[in-house]
Amino acid sequence: MSEKIAESRGGRQQPPAVIELTDVHKWYGNFHALKNIDLTVRKGERIVVCGPSGSGKSTLIRCINRLEVHQRGSIHVNGVLLTNQTKNIKEVRQEVGMCFQQFNLFSHMTILENLTLAPILVRKMPANDAVDLAMSYLKRVNIADQHDKYPGQLSGGQQQRVAIARSLCMAPKVMLFDEPTSALDPEMIKEVLEVMVDLANEGMTMICVTHEMGFAKSVADRVVFMDMGEIVEENTPDEFFDNPLVDRTQSFLNQILSH
Amino acid sequence: MQLLEKIKFQNHRSLLRGRVYSFVIQFLFMALVVWAVYALMISTQANLEARGVDSGFDFLDQRAGFPISVSLIEYTPDDSYGRAFLVGALNTIYTAIICIILATIIGVMIGVAQVSGNMLVAKLAEIYVEIMRNIPVLLTLLFIYGVVLARLPGVRNAIELFPGGYLSQRGIYFPQPVPLSGFGFVIASLIAAIILSIFFQRWARKKQRATGYDSPVIRVNLALLIGLPTVAYLIAGQPLDWDVPTLQGFNFQGGLTLKPEFVALVVGLSLYRGAFIAENVRAGIMAVSKGQIEAAHALGLEPGKVISRVTLPQALRVIIPATTNDYASLVKDSSLAIAIGFADIVSVGGTMIGQNGQALEVIAIWMAVYLTINLIVSVAMNAANRKYQIVER
Amino acid sequence: MANLVFIPAPDLPPPPGQVGIIRWLKLNFFKDTFSSVLTLLGLYFIFWITGPLLSWFILDAVYAGDSAACNAAEGACWSFIRAQIKLFLFGLFPRDLLWRPILAAALLAITFALTATRIIPVLAMVLCWTALVLISYWLFAGGFGLQSVPTTKWGGLMLTLMLSVIGIVTSIPLGILLALGRRSKIGLISFLSVVFIESIRGIPLVTILFMATILLPLFMAQGADLSTVFRVQIGIILFSTAYIAEVVRGGLQGIDSGQQEAADALGLSGWKSTALIILPQALANVLSPLIGRCIALLKDTALVIVVGLLDFLGIAKAAAQSALWLGFEAEAFIFCAAIYWVLCFGLSRYGRSLEQIGAAK
Repeated sequence: MSEKIAESRGGRQQPPAVIELTDVHKWYGNFHALKNIDLTVRKGERIVVCGPSGSGKSTLIRCINRLEVHQRGSIHVNGVLLTNQTKNIKEVRQEVGMCFQQFNLFSHMTILENLTLAPILVRKMPANDAVDLAMSYLKRVNIADQHDKYPGQLSGGQQQRVAIARSLCMAPKVMLFDEPTSALDPEMIKEVLEVMVDLANEGMTMICVTHEMGFAKSVADRVVFMDMGEIVEENTPDEFFDNPLVDRTQSFLNQILSH
Repeated sequence: MQLLEKIKFQNHRSLLRGRVYSFVIQFLFMALVVWAVYALMISTQANLEARGVDSGFDFLDQRAGFPISVSLIEYTPDDSYGRAFLVGALNTIYTAIICIILATIIGVMIGVAQVSGNMLVAKLAEIYVEIMRNIPVLLTLLFIYGVVLARLPGVRNAIELFPGGYLSQRGIYFPQPVPLSGFGFVIASLIAAIILSIFFQRWARKKQRATGYDSPVIRVNLALLIGLPTVAYLIAGQPLDWDVPTLQGFNFQGGLTLKPEFVALVVGLSLYRGAFIAENVRAGIMAVSKGQIEAAHALGLEPGKVISRVTLPQALRVIIPATTNDYASLVKDSSLAIAIGFADIVSVGGTMIGQNGQALEVIAIWMAVYLTINLIVSVAMNAANRKYQIVER
Repeated sequence: MANLVFIPAPDLPPPPGQVGIIRWLKLNFFKDTFSSVLTLLGLYFIFWITGPLLSWFILDAVYAGDSAACNAAEGACWSFIRAQIKLFLFGLFPRDLLWRPILAAALLAITFALTATRIIPVLAMVLCWTALVLISYWLFAGGFGLQSVPTTKWGGLMLTLMLSVIGIVTSIPLGILLALGRRSKIGLISFLSVVFIESIRGIPLVTILFMATILLPLFMAQGADLSTVFRVQIGIILFSTAYIAEVVRGGLQGIDSGQQEAADALGLSGWKSTALIILPQALANVLSPLIGRCIALLKDTALVIVVGLLDFLGIAKAAAQSALWLGFEAEAFIFCAAIYWVLCFGLSRYGRSLEQIGAAK
């Protein structure tokens, strides 16, 4: 399918592959959680992964930054093969940013400290430069005035925007989003989606697990549908929503779009 | 409008009634308390007179007439009761401090063991905690004193742990360092090392802010604090002599002696409280949200940094309030010294009551001392708590 | 139209080394070098200690025989415990009247079972425990048709349980009153409550026992006398009351102010709203810490040895120093520890189950 999409771009020189999953399988004990995963993400692509709960979407992206470990197949991030070695994992994690459903901000640090922690400790950035960097990203997500508050003092939407800024401070090559708006009240979903759309428009490569189909339609280059641990179908948003090829995809779309 | 006036008037009346009610209650209560105290005082005075017991704190100047086996300051039976009390109080305080340190070390080790990935170590730690927490501390104390220490060999067959270190029924003996002239130089070098270390840390922090360079602070500190005094020691010609305990006749002479009462008290209390502190440590570590740990890993932080920057500060938020409570309990537990004959302030006071019957005064002194220590511990507790509060909306 | 049929891929078995006992061992015991070293040290420690412990406790132990037989053997002297069991359990209580403390113990077990299984309503529970205290006291002391037994003969596990049970049963209502007193708007009552609570909690139990045994005779009219057991019981009650008051205060602080407002809106008077609305909720919130106080009190009663009473621990210590059975402190203390452990661990399990029920709500 990726070839089809490439063809549709008129056979231009394709951007390099940032993430390559080849025949990836994962088991939890005896449970076969991911099956036959083949996925290539190129620079600048925006991928939305959707599917029913338990389909393995979160497991898939968590394998990319080694929060979960795959047992078969290979994962390449930015050309680097993901293995068990700590140095290798650290290298990969610096290039991959992740946003969680529960934000996971460090509750004992101020917003500013949350953002400057990794650049100082991992990229060995001087503290003053880290502060400037952090403030610039906070401005970008429209939350610069809260920089000396603590996460407990912010709303869910504000916390998620800070979490996005925190990941961006490490200048990742690709951003992973694990259901970033699922834990938010409806009024706050918009402000977070706006930040994600801005990010996409600036060319950030991203893989987003979400139920927000509006976001998928307007931003995604590809929609990947997963069920029971494997990729069932992937296509451009237009094709995916209007002309699904597989029956399972159709029934899933019927379910979610009827809301 | 008439209705409103009526309601206002009735509200006013019931408010007044409420205040009168409160005042009357307080007055009656006060009268009751005053009467009770008065009656008690009359009765006590009569009883004391009948028994021929003196009143007042003058007895503190009298000769004590009993020995105290363990004392930080000079004391003989010719000294006053007041001085004996001071010896007891000092014993209570320094025993409590040593127990706090020891119990914390034990507690942290056992607590961390319980959350380590190793199932064997975690189970052993859990068994230790469940055993120690469910037996009275006094039983543990008596067991260590009456069974473990009492079964140690006699002085003639003392176990030699290392040259000059002996383990026997009469106590544990260590060589005691005797500073010779020139040792002052070593002390001065230690002070210099501490000052240098502080300056180095400040410089390292500045450099980090400016250039991001991570100086090896721990290694340099260790080198300074250990290396410098060692060099000074060698230069000064090793100005340290050792008073080694040697067996002479029926006992060891010289060196440092730890009496079995002291050892039993400290070991017993520390093992007991250590189990409680271990539970606090375990609860604190498990209270840290797994999601934040994952986020820290996802940002690329090394496991060591994740523990020191994310897990530990948040775990301490839970551990510190609970543990300072345990410290306060440790201070009170030290009073069990009376059950095994260690001369803490309760032991000493008890002897005094036996000698001159002035129980009221002794009890008053006990209360004053313990409540003061408790106050100090409370103040320290609150200061530590405040430092680790998490700010909420 | 969607005309491709989705056929789920078959579930494959995981690669070898991923499941099964090898993996479980590897993960839990040999995850990295440090962990492996710890495992080996731990195993070595267990093997080193199991042999001697097994020999001493079981294999070489003497189960019947006299002191001489025990001295000749290498292992534990359990015949000492068997020979002195009545002393351990009942102290010096007359041997022909042992049915009385045994009956009291049975009643205690029944009352506890009724309370723990929540078969009877709360009011009935309160009546049962009060009745238990009164009946047990009658069984121990005698009078009203039973032969009198002086308190000096009370000792052993019987005394420990009595001091603990009466201590808890009495200090809970007193503690509740004290906690309410601390929150009272009447300045004097609040002040006195705080002074009492903080003073008692700031000093060791040993000093309170001394206060009780030495000061109470001084406070009473000349000629009147209170046996040591009574004085100690009063001291224990005062001690426990202060701590229970703090636990209840914690429970009261957890109650929404909305509850009080609702009660007021319904027209309930001060006392009624407290007793019917606020207190039950406050107490339900702190059931687990209250059980914790019960366990603590059970352990704390061991301190009465310091003022000369021979409770369970005191008897154990004394029994090991009696002329006939000299030198078996280890067996005495271990037996003592085992019984304490069973009681305290049992109570703590019960407390944990209460916590889970509370959490489920």
